Amino acid sequence: MMKDIRAFFDARDVVEVETPLLSHYSTTDPHLDSLCTRFREQDCYLNTSPEYAMKRLLAQWRQPIYQICKAFRDDEIGPNHNPEFTMLEWYQPGYDMMQLIDEVAELVRTVCRQSEVEHVFECLSYQQAFENVTGFDPHHVTAEQCFQYSVDNHVEIPQGLEAADDVNDWLDWLLTQLVMPAFKTDGFTFLYDYPASQCALAKLEDGPGQARVAKRFELFFGEVELANGFYELTDADEQLSRFQRENQERECAGKEVSCIDKNFIEALSSGLPDCSGVAMGLDRLLMVLSGAASIDQVLSFAWERS
Amino acid sequence: MATYSTNQFKNGLKIILDGDPCSITENNVVKPGKGQAFNKIKAKNLRTGRVLERTFKSTESVEAADVDEMNVEYLYSDGESWHFMEPTSFEQYAADEVAVGDAVKWIKGQELCVMTLWDGAPLTITPPNFVELAVAQTDPGLKGDTAQGATKPATLETGTEVKVPLFVNEGDILKVDTRTGEYVSRA
Repeated sequence: MMKDIRAFFDARDVVEVETPLLSHYSTTDPHLDSLCTRFREQDCYLNTSPEYAMKRLLAQWRQPIYQICKAFRDDEIGPNHNPEFTMLEWYQPGYDMMQLIDEVAELVRTVCRQSEVEHVFECLSYQQAFENVTGFDPHHVTAEQCFQYSVDNHVEIPQGLEAADDVNDWLDWLLTQLVMPAFKTDGFTFLYDYPASQCALAKLEDGPGQARVAKRFELFFGEVELANGFYELTDADEQLSRFQRENQERECAGKEVSCIDKNFIEALSSGLPDCSGVAMGLDRLLMVLSGAASIDQVLSFAWERS
Repeated sequence: MATYSTNQFKNGLKIILDGDPCSITENNVVKPGKGQAFNKIKAKNLRTGRVLERTFKSTESVEAADVDEMNVEYLYSDGESWHFMEPTSFEQYAADEVAVGDAVKWIKGQELCVMTLWDGAPLTITPPNFVELAVAQTDPGLKGDTAQGATKPATLETGTEVKVPLFVNEGDILKVDTRTGEYVSRA
């Protein structure tokens, strides 16, 4: 699989890069927690993805790059999660979201060509996917309405998820309970145009309706998430204010506030080329290829035995 | 009140669900890619043995159950309570019928059992995996019968009935697996 991936990028003149796994900065994403270690009495962090460092390279070199590296996330363990995992991340200057989606599908097809996996790809907007299953428009729904919908349709409501919570928590829950189970079980699904409030590092655009949408996509095989990509936000001020907002969310959730990566914001200010980028979990792709039901079947030594 | 956050969840952790102490047997993180995580757990109710399924929004906290396990020796029963002793401190505990449960079928005295305590009171008694008990009553054995699989009922000295091979006689000491209630061998 690794050979195929490297050959794929070689043929497209995408340069392989290597960036530090250990950083002075952690992530502000309120749903991700970095693993912390110490260097000379100072806290430092293992990367949750190489995104910031790769974008710094991209701002400097302005050419397509890819990396295969380890990423680390605290509190992620289960059949699809290991705290340490292998990530493939790449950036294509000049690509918009749909062009990158095509390239992701191309890569997956290449890697799967000798396996029994059917390379059928379905492409669904977040709105279509929700409307197909629930009948409501996720861009205009409130948490209260999601709560009522769950009660009316006997959807399990997790302990701690309240009608007054952020609507995104509800959308995330209903996505896992209703929308993802409706995906083709033995095929690939791209979900794109996420709600603007789930933009992370993606550009916002006006969607087909009145709603603003995030140019963000995810790739699933069955219900397993394989990749997350963005038509990348290049505006440094907007990025900084998103990070600050995320830090406020962290504070509200009682989590440690992260130090914002100044080097990354500086790189954006100096000018990130218009580009799209994507991160793919290679352990999970290997699970798909080998038909493994659990991530520890594709790891030499999973966390419990590491 | 001690609590556990969902990021402390792991197999064997003791928490209170629906007012009963439970032990987590499965803990899975459910995450829609990026975004809010949820913990789906299976937990065994330590009182009833029933398995519950629950989902929590991650970072929720759950009340911890003060549950201990210790090895105790079975002493005697006075008809209402079953008395056990911790063999190093000699401290004695009285377990009621509910706590003793099925263990009563296999213990006659001096067996080393595992006792689960909740807030200091006996909750369940688990007998040793194998016990040796004498046959109190069974039909006469058939000499030379080696037919595989043929069995007959036998009543043990604790009053429990088990299926035994035809060659077993009254007074024989048998080794029995308490988890399945099956005859293993003659002791």
